[in-house]
Amino acid sequence: MHPRCHVPPRRLMLAFTTVALVSAAGLAQAQSAPIKIGLPIPLTGPYGAEAKDQAKNAELAVKEFNDAGGLAGRRAELLVRDDKLNPGEAATRTLELLEKDGANFIVGGLSAATQLSINNVTRQRKVIYVSISQSDAINEAADASPYTFHEALNPHMTTQALGHFVFKKGMRIAFLTADYAYGQEMTRGFTRVAKEVGAEVVGEVKHPLGHQDYSTFLPRLQAMKPDVLVFNNFGRDNQVAIKQAADFGMKKSMRFMTPILTYTARVSGGPSVYDGVIGGTQYFWGIQDGTASAKTFNASFRALNDGRYPSDYGAMAYSAVKSLLLAVKAAGSTDTEKVATSLRTLKYDTYKGTQYYRGCDQQSVQSVMVIESKAKDVKDPADVFRVIHVEPASEKLLRSCQELGFK
Amino acid sequence: MTTTIKAAAPPIEIGTRHPARRALRAIAKHRIAATFVVLAVFPWLMPYQSLAINILIYGLYAVGFNLLFGYTGLLSFGHAAFLGVGAYTAGILIAQHGTAWWLAIPLAIVAGCVVALAMGLLAIRTRGIYFAMVTLALSQCVYFLIYQLPASGGENGLRGVNVSEVSLLGLKLDLLNPMQKYYFVFAFVMVAMAVLSRILASPFGGAIEAVRENEARARACGFDVERTKLLSFVLSAGFCALAGALNAIHLSSVPIETLHYATSGMVVMLCLLGGMGTYFGPFVGAALLLLIQDTASAWTEHWQLYVGIVFIFFVLFFPKGVWGTLLERLNHDR
Amino acid sequence: MDGITPQLLALQVFTGLALGAIYVLLAVGLSLIFGMLTVVNFAHGAFFMLGAYVGVFAAEQTGSFWAALVLAPLAVAAVGMVCERWLIRPLYGRGIDYPLLLTFGLAYIMVEGVRIGFGKSGLPFDTPELLQGSVSLGFADFPTYRLFVIAVVAALLLGLWLLIERTSFGLIVRAGARDPVIVRVLGIDVSRVWLLVFGMGTGIAALAGVLSAPLQGVSPEMGTSVLTVAFVVTVVGGMGSLMGAVVAGLLVGVVESLAVLFFPEAAKVSMFVLMAGVLLVRPQGLFGRAGLMA
Repeated sequence: MHPRCHVPPRRLMLAFTTVALVSAAGLAQAQSAPIKIGLPIPLTGPYGAEAKDQAKNAELAVKEFNDAGGLAGRRAELLVRDDKLNPGEAATRTLELLEKDGANFIVGGLSAATQLSINNVTRQRKVIYVSISQSDAINEAADASPYTFHEALNPHMTTQALGHFVFKKGMRIAFLTADYAYGQEMTRGFTRVAKEVGAEVVGEVKHPLGHQDYSTFLPRLQAMKPDVLVFNNFGRDNQVAIKQAADFGMKKSMRFMTPILTYTARVSGGPSVYDGVIGGTQYFWGIQDGTASAKTFNASFRALNDGRYPSDYGAMAYSAVKSLLLAVKAAGSTDTEKVATSLRTLKYDTYKGTQYYRGCDQQSVQSVMVIESKAKDVKDPADVFRVIHVEPASEKLLRSCQELGFK
Repeated sequence: MTTTIKAAAPPIEIGTRHPARRALRAIAKHRIAATFVVLAVFPWLMPYQSLAINILIYGLYAVGFNLLFGYTGLLSFGHAAFLGVGAYTAGILIAQHGTAWWLAIPLAIVAGCVVALAMGLLAIRTRGIYFAMVTLALSQCVYFLIYQLPASGGENGLRGVNVSEVSLLGLKLDLLNPMQKYYFVFAFVMVAMAVLSRILASPFGGAIEAVRENEARARACGFDVERTKLLSFVLSAGFCALAGALNAIHLSSVPIETLHYATSGMVVMLCLLGGMGTYFGPFVGAALLLLIQDTASAWTEHWQLYVGIVFIFFVLFFPKGVWGTLLERLNHDR
Repeated sequence: MDGITPQLLALQVFTGLALGAIYVLLAVGLSLIFGMLTVVNFAHGAFFMLGAYVGVFAAEQTGSFWAALVLAPLAVAAVGMVCERWLIRPLYGRGIDYPLLLTFGLAYIMVEGVRIGFGKSGLPFDTPELLQGSVSLGFADFPTYRLFVIAVVAALLLGLWLLIERTSFGLIVRAGARDPVIVRVLGIDVSRVWLLVFGMGTGIAALAGVLSAPLQGVSPEMGTSVLTVAFVVTVVGGMGSLMGAVVAGLLVGVVESLAVLFFPEAAKVSMFVLMAGVLLVRPQGLFGRAGLMA
């Protein structure tokens, strides 16, 4: 039989106080548990530079939220993960973020395939996902869910804005299409605009994704004698195709156009390759003189990033995280249903003007910019584009809800 | 018909006092049970369960490949085709036809075996590095065919393979719970490992190793070498197809990268790293590679550099793979 | 399918030859290394990429594309020789799987090394002034630079042929490809020959890289996609056969170009169909020796 432990009263008091303090701290801890936002992006691979910029921009959004007091003291925390541009890896990372790290929300995905696989994981588990990938597929009814939001432009919007600005009646249009979803979506969008405006589509040449040598396609395109040649491909394919077409001397007889002209591609492709190419984008820092929110955004980003300007892809990540946190603040909680409802009714101006999420597919309705690459009169190495036109935010740029499969 | 041989005589029991070797002998005798124990405890050792599930699935994929490569001695660069056929078959059946999981998975295995039969009939006449290249070429054809199929989703992958709950014989598992999902996959893997153990212990198991060691001699002994190779090819595909089907359910989607030749290359690496021709080696290889990739990519964006260095290190100093070298060192009677 | 004139067809074939020229260079290097050392070099694409990057760097530093064309292959060959001596040689005698795995890991390191040193997004590279523009071939205009590539490759192949058929070094290479053991028994220091052959193979791959740079710019990933083609070409031609590498390289280039014209979706898989077809009819490749590496 053990003798009863005689605990002196002072020790008991000490124990009591410690327990009280610890549980109070625990309670306070629970109340100040960080709001975790998972960000699966392709840090390795061909879009590593874009992804890194996205991480920096997302960090800025989180910092602004925290500096403004967070959610009644609760801070936001960004969990960046590398999805290696592989959909299987993206799904695994999302599972890791949800199961191991306890993420409240997911923002991310750069390629169409990765955003779709992330979305499949999040909507099964009823977690809010804000996609920053430019693809039409996530808007369609089959992949949509009440918790899926699409901050990025979709290809259709770009084609409508760009097409209406460039195509004129009687123009001859030819397409060089990458034979996969993105390329096909672009071609479909542009063809629709051409029909509306009365321009003539003289032909389309398809190429396999990831193709290195376009010399086999270019003679056929030349033979069609178009006024405008539209390069419906992305990334390296886009750079290589434009370069080789320029090498073939085709710029002399036709206008080069591409739906998405990214900042990083232009910088790595070089001025001579992109000289005279006209394209679309969802953001270029150069609009700051006319848009107050762009000016503030650019300034805040430059302050934290050695004077660098934010890129288009980066700005998307900033807006996605910021609008999400604005919704969290408006809802006053991190509860999924409340935040989703808040997002649906939110009107926000994070960096380029007012945006809101449309009802049926929860696509962010936003402005689209038409830009042209500059080769000469470059004061600043970051001054690579001229903004020719800003198409204001409008649902007319989107496909109709019925078309997407919603009833 | 081929002459039958008795299963290889068990090794002479030399008494040994070395505790590690005694343990090893015991484990070798009861390898299914040992594997069961290790894999049952495994998820508790991993930082998160989805990683453990990935290791199980890729381990199973490597096990299937090992049957052909490690045990039969045939190097194939086209095994991603079977992983992919299994994944897409199960995926399309579940996502688009509402098939129950307990029907979709066996059908996926059958599909994998059928494709393997077709590929094998064409490929078996070639030897050595040419066999590897023919399998690569044929698997790329499978990639192309599936990519073009509208039901597969093409570049965007197949989504909607949502199996959130399974119930069998009264037992209900919530597959949205990672631990329960692990044991669901674990059950299939254990059945597969048991089947593998039976195959290896059977006369056929002896035949494939004979073909690996010396094809001419095996032929001279009366084995139908082509049939043996073909059967090994088909069986190996069955295991890979099962891994594919489980992967589809695990990720709720099937990425088109599953059929890419890089996935074929990956399984060769897993097998070589772990130890070819060993029963448990493939899991060790899968665990090693996936863990290194996971930890390295969490620390640095230059994880590929470290993976490469680790690879080279293992190749130079662990010639039989990690598990293989371990077994060899422990078995070496001095 | 409309508008496919004989001129277009001829132009497409010519384009295929230009495409094939690069493939030939890669396959020749791979075949040399395989024929002589029995090493399946999975890092061949990485050496190609490294050659392109060193070429761009050398061109920037010296201001001359021609200097880069000479310096880059030499520099990369040196790297190749170091790899052979310290990484691959310890693995001889263990079977073909181990050098394969090692070169696979080596490729990872080289690609990541380039990413760290030169950035992830790739670098632009313009065609040298002298070679810009196009030349009239009678039936169509053809870019001058691509003609230059064909010319360089032809010249290199001639030089290589002379080396292998007419010099004693070439004699050893041929003998070693046929039977390395006997060559050793005859007292020749085979390891020195291996070193040089590996250097040659990787140097040729680097040359292909420098030549490709003006066509598509450089990026860290450019090696991985080209590696498969290199293997297909080498296998179709027959491992260890240089004639095979040349014929197969041009064949694959032309087939791919024509496939693009007639079956664009299948263009990517066309070379695999070709490979499967050839191997099923002739399991050792077009010019390969039966029993070699079986």
